[in-house]
Amino acid sequence: MRQVLKEIEGWKRQGSGVALATVVKVWGSAPRPLGSKMAIRDDGEMVGSVSGGCVEAAVCQEAKGVLVSGEPRLLRYGVADEEAWSLGLSCGGEIEVFIEKVA
Amino acid sequence: MQEAIFRTLRRSLADQESIALATVVAGPGVGCQLLVWPGGQTLGDLGSPRLNQRASLYAEQLIPAQQSARQAFDSDRATVDVFFEVVAPPLKLVVVGAVHVAEHLIRLARELGFETVIVDPRAAFLSQERFAGASQRIGAWPQKALLQVGIDESTFVAVLSHDPKIDLPAIESALRSPARYIGVLGSKKSHKKRLSKLRDMGFSELDLKRLHAPIGLDLGGRRAVEIALAIAAQMVAVHHGRTGDPKDAR
Repeated sequence: MRQVLKEIEGWKRQGSGVALATVVKVWGSAPRPLGSKMAIRDDGEMVGSVSGGCVEAAVCQEAKGVLVSGEPRLLRYGVADEEAWSLGLSCGGEIEVFIEKVA
Repeated sequence: MQEAIFRTLRRSLADQESIALATVVAGPGVGCQLLVWPGGQTLGDLGSPRLNQRASLYAEQLIPAQQSARQAFDSDRATVDVFFEVVAPPLKLVVVGAVHVAEHLIRLARELGFETVIVDPRAAFLSQERFAGASQRIGAWPQKALLQVGIDESTFVAVLSHDPKIDLPAIESALRSPARYIGVLGSKKSHKKRLSKLRDMGFSELDLKRLHAPIGLDLGGRRAVEIALAIAAQMVAVHHGRTGDPKDAR
């Protein structure tokens, strides 16, 4: 949290749009605990993480939509093991990620 | 996240305050946020005075446990889904003895998110070059230094000087504090001698059980950085309530 907020402050000072993604629910063996955070800058630059790297790209894509609309989004990721390579979490867990714009 | 919430959150982190952030993640008022302080003071709005009140009472219970949680609140019209997150001050590590292992331990602990303090009465050992990462360098005897730092339940103490004149008063102060972790460098043989001195000083077996000595997990390394890693690994395990066994042994 500390590191991510510090980064956001720097980005905002440069005048960039910034979205903040937070893990707000976990089921099963999720790779990052509740409250894990990732900040996304309007040019796609990111810092922090919400999974072991499995869903960051998808979250980044959604964050761009949040930055445009200003409306927060609640997203759920997680799939059965056999589909794990296609999309979602390979560990078999599920997570909910909340994405909001930082004003 | 509104600017006022963001700014206050940043300031609280800098001031080392414990504070809770409540966010509506689903239902009416999605995206609304409320900051809650331990005394019940708040900043922000979740959409209704009644919800603010219920959420702040709920948050006040989470703060001492430093836990995050998700809670649904029912109102007449709908269910509001709120995520609570407690922002706590960082864990603190106090290293007593400005030895070679201490340089590596301060660096590793900082990387792990600890606020670090190095203590040694031999102030000349506490150069900026050796301990650039330390938040504080205190050139004083341990009793005075530990009092100055303030040892609480989120403080870890590593006693590394190898010199009983420095180590013993450090252990004594740490044992009289609520420190989360007290580790002491040295062989089993020297620890035995140390234990009998501590018993003479009036410490009970229950007190002495709090000491991790010899300090560190059994990684086998003898180099300073390897010993520092074994200590840092033990601190992480203690923080999470584990013993540091290999995962395949569980």
